[in-house]
Amino acid sequence: MGRLLERWLPKLVVSPLFAVSLFFVYGFIAWTVYISFTRSGILPNYDFAGLIQYVRLWHTPRWYVALTNLFVFSILFIGVCTALGMFLAILLDQRVRAEGAIRTIFLYPMALSFIVTGTAWKWILNPGLGLEKVVHDLGFTDFRFDWLVNPHMAIYTVVIAGVWQSSGYAMALFLAGLRSVDDDILKAAAIDGAGPWRTYTRIILPNLRPVFLSVFIILAHLSIKSFDLVIALTNGGPGYATDMPATFMYSFAFQRSELGTAAASAVMMLATILAIIVPYLYSELRETNR
Amino acid sequence: MMTFKNILAATVVAAFALPGIAKADGTVEVLHWWTSGGEAKAVGELKKAFEADGGKWVDSPIAGGGGDAAMTALRARVVSGNPPTAVQLKGPGIQEWAAQGALNDVQGVADKEHWDDVLPPVLANIMKYDGKYVAAPVNIHRVDWFWANPQVLAKVGVTEMPTTWDEFNTIADKLKAAGITPLAHGGQPWQDATLFEDVVLGVGGADFFRKALVELDQDALTSDTMIKSFDQLRKLRGYVDDNFSGRDWNLATAMVMRGDAGFQIMGDWAKGEFLAAGKVPGKDFVCAATPGKGFVLNSDSFTFFKVSGADKIEGQKVLASLIMSPSFQETFNLAKGSIPARTDVSLDKFDDCAKKSREDLLTAIKNDTLVPSMAHEMAVSRSVRGEFLDLVTTFFNSDMSSQDAVKDLAAAIQRAQQ
Repeated sequence: MGRLLERWLPKLVVSPLFAVSLFFVYGFIAWTVYISFTRSGILPNYDFAGLIQYVRLWHTPRWYVALTNLFVFSILFIGVCTALGMFLAILLDQRVRAEGAIRTIFLYPMALSFIVTGTAWKWILNPGLGLEKVVHDLGFTDFRFDWLVNPHMAIYTVVIAGVWQSSGYAMALFLAGLRSVDDDILKAAAIDGAGPWRTYTRIILPNLRPVFLSVFIILAHLSIKSFDLVIALTNGGPGYATDMPATFMYSFAFQRSELGTAAASAVMMLATILAIIVPYLYSELRETNR
Repeated sequence: MMTFKNILAATVVAAFALPGIAKADGTVEVLHWWTSGGEAKAVGELKKAFEADGGKWVDSPIAGGGGDAAMTALRARVVSGNPPTAVQLKGPGIQEWAAQGALNDVQGVADKEHWDDVLPPVLANIMKYDGKYVAAPVNIHRVDWFWANPQVLAKVGVTEMPTTWDEFNTIADKLKAAGITPLAHGGQPWQDATLFEDVVLGVGGADFFRKALVELDQDALTSDTMIKSFDQLRKLRGYVDDNFSGRDWNLATAMVMRGDAGFQIMGDWAKGEFLAAGKVPGKDFVCAATPGKGFVLNSDSFTFFKVSGADKIEGQKVLASLIMSPSFQETFNLAKGSIPARTDVSLDKFDDCAKKSREDLLTAIKNDTLVPSMAHEMAVSRSVRGEFLDLVTTFFNSDMSSQDAVKDLAAAIQRAQQ
């Protein structure tokens, strides 16, 4: 009896959670996929209508803007955060004084929500209130920094705010990784006459491979759900120049009562994420199993 | 799929279960998003009046997103079969819900109180589905207003308000030369669309407005008049300061108030900002109609959903009658800054801008130049309106040519209507 309980208890405890997530995550994904094949407008409609919503979606110029923005933002955000985080971590790893204090300062932005970050940067980057005005007041009246209100550059302000918030976090992860590299290996390398550059590129960085995976996954999911940052910083503007698939979907579902088109865009987002994440995870996990 | 619907229904019903069950003289549950300032006060007036009649009022305010959150809640409640009695819902949205079979009509009350005789016909048609009233309007907002600072205009020697866009351009050039921002504007899609529709009225007149923005006639949308309208919109873009992106409308109003800008083009909710700051119409600020000799109509209304039970239906009828009563229309609109939807309510207690609004409204009804607002969800469905907003705001924020704008607009409208 006791043994039976022991064998089944873990499964019993986990199963409600499993059932709930099965329903609320995968159940709703299935529902959304189905809705994307209907003519649902103001209310869900369950008559199958084929690919009509996808045709409509791929004819909407705003959707292309949203997709381009997602790629521009994700690539820059992940790239810059990783590079900057790595760089800061290596600098901090040189046994500098007051390391604890500096680390805290870099990590602090992560404690803020994206809404706060977005609002603060909205004021900093606003040409009439923030940086541009300060420099003008200092006497440099030719200075122009109007990316926030320039439709071609506005998406980069989202990158700036995102990087400011998240590179400290990447730094902390890398720093932990750097510290976990075995000292004996480093000593051996030093005895063999390897300089700092060679030590980092040949020994330490290859050792950090699992850390790179964690950083990539964390930053990738932050960039995909960057809805709140965009809403607070630019609200999709100027015009819809900084629209992302998430804000596109919100706007179609809740502001325009076009549930079908919104569902189609949600399915496209899911497909995009799967297309990027699954091969990466697959290759990384296969390597570790080997 | 049925299981899902049932579970959703159960969840939603549980979440919204009403505290207690009322008896007596009717119960209404009113879903709205008037949660701040004059709006909250205005809806408080309705509650007070309803309770004075012995009814039971259940308030369901859902703030957020300019009504988007409330619409989401409404959708869930209608799907679950437990709709509120009345919802703050306007324009073609009324028809969309009616087409889903989700509304009750209040034609009995309307017949008895002769609503047809006191409402502008354009507005009455929006309130009806299949010839029967399913909603009751509480107010009339006018969208095509200039709000100007007379002291600023006097600096460049202007005393008369412009009556054509060419006159406006001349004045604006003078202001610009004097180093004053001619037009205070906030770069949000709905504000861009407000400028656009006022420009269309001024350039093409009321008949053209109706063909293009209400009937969505492809020939009108691609016509030279539409190209000219975009040309004028491009001119307005030049009269806006560099920092307009994302600015809220009330901040633009404050620019006019402070004298930083000459004009704002905005509906008469802007008046509330001036009055709240203690400004006097005619002296500290001037209101005048934008060109076109028309009247762009925006109106809030309560729509009656399909509730069951004698108690609730009784409450619905009492509420309908109350909303349309002259005394309520007066108190509500004094609090909100609009004018009564009924054209027979005396405006003795209202300010001069409101009186001008009524006067122009009656002229517009007589000359058939009263048009429903596209930008404020009175003319076309939310999906079509969304396409207008996307295109107009892209045009305003880029260097797109008027010809391209017209072409893209016509294509986008066609797509949304499929």
